Amino acid sequence: MSSYLIKRISYMLLILLAASLLIFCLYALTPGDFVSGNMKLSPERKAELREIYGLNKSLMERYFTWMKSAFEGNFGYSLAQQKPVLQLFNEYIWNSFLLAVVATFLTWVIAVIVGVIVAYKQYSWFDTLVMILIFAAMSVPSFFIGLFLIKMLAVDLKWLPPGGMLTTGSNATGMLYVKEVVQHMTIPVIVMVLLGVGSLTRYFRSNMIDVMKQDYIRTARAKGLKEKKVLFTHALRNALLPAITLVGFELPSLFGGSLIIEKIFNWPGIGQLYMSSFSLRDYPLLMGFTMFIAILTVIGTLLSDILYHIADPRVKL
Amino acid sequence: MSKLQPDLKPKLKSNKQLILQSIVTTASPPESYRAGNNVKSSLWRVAMRRLVKNKLAMSGLAVVLFMFIACFVGPLFSPYTNGKTNLAIMNQAPSLRHWLGTDKLGRDVLTRVLQAGRISLTVGLASMVLSVFIGSILGAIAGYYRGIVDQVIMRVADLLMTIPSLPLLFIIGALLSDWKVPTDYRMYIVMVMLSIVGWPALARMVRGQILSIREQEFMQATVVLGLRDRRKLFQHLLPNIVPLLIVIATLNIGGAILMESVLSFFGLGVIAPTPTWGNMIDTANNLIDFQERPWLWIPPGLSIFATVIAINIFGDGLRDVLDPKQRK
Repeated sequence: MSSYLIKRISYMLLILLAASLLIFCLYALTPGDFVSGNMKLSPERKAELREIYGLNKSLMERYFTWMKSAFEGNFGYSLAQQKPVLQLFNEYIWNSFLLAVVATFLTWVIAVIVGVIVAYKQYSWFDTLVMILIFAAMSVPSFFIGLFLIKMLAVDLKWLPPGGMLTTGSNATGMLYVKEVVQHMTIPVIVMVLLGVGSLTRYFRSNMIDVMKQDYIRTARAKGLKEKKVLFTHALRNALLPAITLVGFELPSLFGGSLIIEKIFNWPGIGQLYMSSFSLRDYPLLMGFTMFIAILTVIGTLLSDILYHIADPRVKL
Repeated sequence: MSKLQPDLKPKLKSNKQLILQSIVTTASPPESYRAGNNVKSSLWRVAMRRLVKNKLAMSGLAVVLFMFIACFVGPLFSPYTNGKTNLAIMNQAPSLRHWLGTDKLGRDVLTRVLQAGRISLTVGLASMVLSVFIGSILGAIAGYYRGIVDQVIMRVADLLMTIPSLPLLFIIGALLSDWKVPTDYRMYIVMVMLSIVGWPALARMVRGQILSIREQEFMQATVVLGLRDRRKLFQHLLPNIVPLLIVIATLNIGGAILMESVLSFFGLGVIAPTPTWGNMIDTANNLIDFQERPWLWIPPGLSIFATVIAINIFGDGLRDVLDPKQRK
């Protein structure tokens, strides 16, 4: 186990190092920099600023400066916001996390419940209906369904606010603040649940169907246990177990925000921060974000492999 | 036989395989080959017969075909195909003359949706073909040769899968805008972009399949027959994963159409004046169009939705008949 971990982690570091080089080169290739986009500056001032930010140095030199400080736990300084990148992440990430954690929780709850019912009533009309809905959820373009719901629920029916996290100019505190945030996050959460619930329900449905065919389920029924008990204690627990491997894959989406959803709903999360920094060419922030997601992805994969082993010790690491 | 022997030895590992080899060599190859072929074609026929019986999958196929025909043939019957702007009739609501209304330049929205469909469907199809092509060949090579080739290919795939795809696509999109790629050509580059992001997952899956297939007895037979690597790969290994590839490819078209629409919506894919479903929804970024003129952005969105859902349903039906093991 420990030798496996050492091997995996060193490979992870290698991949991340390669990823950092690729990410750096890609952003370095991206046209324009933070200074060139600013019309107000004179050419002399621009050259001066480039000198200060180190933008005039060679590519490799800049990469090594970036990597060196990254290893010291410093992901640079956002040029647009004049704050350290990590501090900015810390400010925005929790908004993203709030959205993601609520959406993920609801997605899992709905997927498990619907998955169990559908598996139990396989080939019923309800099953067919759910299968069609699952396909619908898997096929809908996220930005379109977002816009559509804003148009319907916020613009036409005026039930919910169209975007943002708080009403502009609001200084609500306490319960009022919570209420306002909940209202603002309702539509984005609906969209996120809709986008995720399809494939997960399918996953639980097929897991349940497999488990229901097992001998121990027949044994449980033969013992005369109540159907409810067979379903929820004997079948569901075994069907849920493999799903813990999915937890690792949720990691990037939990902390990495969602570029599209946050952009559409103007949600002040890390994805929105990325999108607004992209047009400003705020490279330290952009590279930091991309690297951050890459790190989360790699850790998530390792985590799910380990969890897989824990869930099913027959699987060798 | 004696000529083959030295070549064979290092590859034979166990007694069991030796016995298998002797069995294979004693059978007469042409006959078994023909028999194998017959079985294959009848399996295909059985699969197709089962597919035709699956009503849901067939209705999916019908919708896909309808979308294709509507987009590629439909505009021929429209009097508004030239894309001429007519400011006298701008922003009109749907009417009998203009079934889906007109946009801010007085162009017929229905015609534009159909023309956009041509681009979106083409991009989806082409980028699928490209990524399946790259993915299956690289995956097959990695799985067949293993060793250093495998290491190189799979590490590159790992690397590409580590970097989040949307930022990656955004950067390439920004590069394109800077290089002033003519809008007509952007479509082709978007195809390449999508396949760059798409092939690693495919290669990984194909490699896994090849790894298990290459250990099967018929591959021992190809060794005994002294076939060349290329023939083993493309005539004996890859055909065995064709059913799986067809399924994956079908489902991939839907994914590619969705991806293209996201990119074009953010102005980083195919850009105006070339219409695609994604960049037509872009009008929703304008507050008045968004609130007051839903006919501008809802039809392209619904077109994406209908096409992708139909493709997914059909792909799932295909999976049922072609690759029952993979069913989820």
